[in-house]
Amino acid sequence: MSKDLFEKFDDHPMVKAHRLLPEGMPDPSAVRMDEVHSQTEATIDGRRTILVGTNNYMGMTFNEEALEAAHDALRNFGTGTTGSRVLNGTYIGHTELEDTLREFYGTKHAMVFSTGYQANLGIVSSLAGKDDIVIIDADSHASIYDACAMGNATVTRFRHNDASDLEKRLSRLPAEAGKLVVVEGIYSMLGDRAPLIEIVAACKKYGASIAVDEAHSMGFCGETGRGIAQELGVEDEVDFIIGTFSKSVGTVGGFCVSNHPKFEQLRLVCRPYMFTASLPPSVVASARAAINALRYADNQRGALWDAANRLHAGLKGLGFKLATDKVESPIIAVCLEDAITVAECWSELLKAGVYVNTAFPPATPAGLYLLRCSVCAAHTSEQIDQIIEKFAQVAGKLGIRPNETRPSGEESKKEQDRPESDAAAATG
Amino acid sequence: MGVDASSLTNKQIRDSICVLIGPLNTKNIPLVPETTFSIDLDLDSLTVMDLVASIEDEYEIVLPLNMLPDMENIQQVADAVEKIVKGQ
Ligand SMILES: Cc1ncc(COP(=O)(O)O)c(C=O)c1O
Repeated sequence: MSKDLFEKFDDHPMVKAHRLLPEGMPDPSAVRMDEVHSQTEATIDGRRTILVGTNNYMGMTFNEEALEAAHDALRNFGTGTTGSRVLNGTYIGHTELEDTLREFYGTKHAMVFSTGYQANLGIVSSLAGKDDIVIIDADSHASIYDACAMGNATVTRFRHNDASDLEKRLSRLPAEAGKLVVVEGIYSMLGDRAPLIEIVAACKKYGASIAVDEAHSMGFCGETGRGIAQELGVEDEVDFIIGTFSKSVGTVGGFCVSNHPKFEQLRLVCRPYMFTASLPPSVVASARAAINALRYADNQRGALWDAANRLHAGLKGLGFKLATDKVESPIIAVCLEDAITVAECWSELLKAGVYVNTAFPPATPAGLYLLRCSVCAAHTSEQIDQIIEKFAQVAGKLGIRPNETRPSGEESKKEQDRPESDAAAATG
Repeated sequence: MGVDASSLTNKQIRDSICVLIGPLNTKNIPLVPETTFSIDLDLDSLTVMDLVASIEDEYEIVLPLNMLPDMENIQQVADAVEKIVKGQ
């Protein structure tokens, strides 16, 4: 008899971690929202719950203009395109959305994909061919790792957020080879920022092109919300910006913008763009409305950073060890001792009416066990205070003394010695 | 690294890889050419990655990610490193 194809999963780290969940504990990977009341509240298990793990940073899922635009498009263009962008799947909305992205980013070109995952898959695997070299941050998102696995290029990594390590590795590569460096603006698990100025400088020095995935920085970083490249003033030196509509844009889809003169050729060669159906017209319409709204969303940006600061300060005040010492993003990740502590805390928080994300190795860098919060511009101060209060209650109930999680003197050293992650399995 | 890597023998490379493995070999498994990283040494992929980076730094080379699946034991890594340093 031939082997059961499922046997291999017995040793898969995610399957193993899942098996360790205590009997009767709700499963963090099987949460169901029965009703969604707003950007920040849903009913889970019959309980009204504050959501603080949605990546819905700018609260665009219920933006009035986006809702309206989606309704109209649904009526006028139907529920789906039933085809690829290169066949029957390009409607006027798709090209208008690309116009909107070009305007938003001030670039010559924009290309819309059906997800951000596919945007990374397509751009990275198409740009870096057989004789080229892709250099990625070790903590890259799964979509970037998968893009590398899909393409034919030589792939190498540098230590997370370490521009001098990148430079060292670039210096070892053949001068004549085509090179693409891929980084993220903000890293999804810990919420830490890329030192883009230094990274860009290293790329320029060695003639490498650079792609920045702004999935977790679009909307609230930079003056008009374009991301970290805008905030740090290096947009002109970034060759490709990749993004998603599934976070600050509040819907689904992905994109890449660029000024490269030959960018449009990608539409003819990029398989994850060609061999999948295009986004439904309603999604396209809401994305367009939300992106237009982002430009002028200064109030929401202010509210988002206020909420992030409040949550960070509150959790820090309780003594929790946070993944970033200062607020670097609306992602506030609480580091706990082990997987069981994370699972227990998570489940108690849920019972207390607060939903956060869990994240374990190998999906996390540095082998960290995280309760990952992501703040929304629509969170009120009262909601943030309630979240902090529930964290305090749960820590008390489980006897977790957060400030004793790790001897504090060790911390700065730990940070420096942080090993690279196997983010290949990351899901954030 | 000061020495000319291209003149190293396969055994010298293997020995220096063993030195780099040393601190990671918490269970003091005897290191032979056939020792595998994931099964014998029980290194998680995180640690393997760090090891790759330190081997790269030792020889100032690039060990592409694409090669990792074919580098399961110490000998295979030594062979790959030798090929790269001699090819330079
Ligand atoms: C850094 C990063 N890139 C890309 C993606 C993929 O985005 P999407 O949800 O649109 O597939 C995500 C989110 O999952 C992400 O965190």
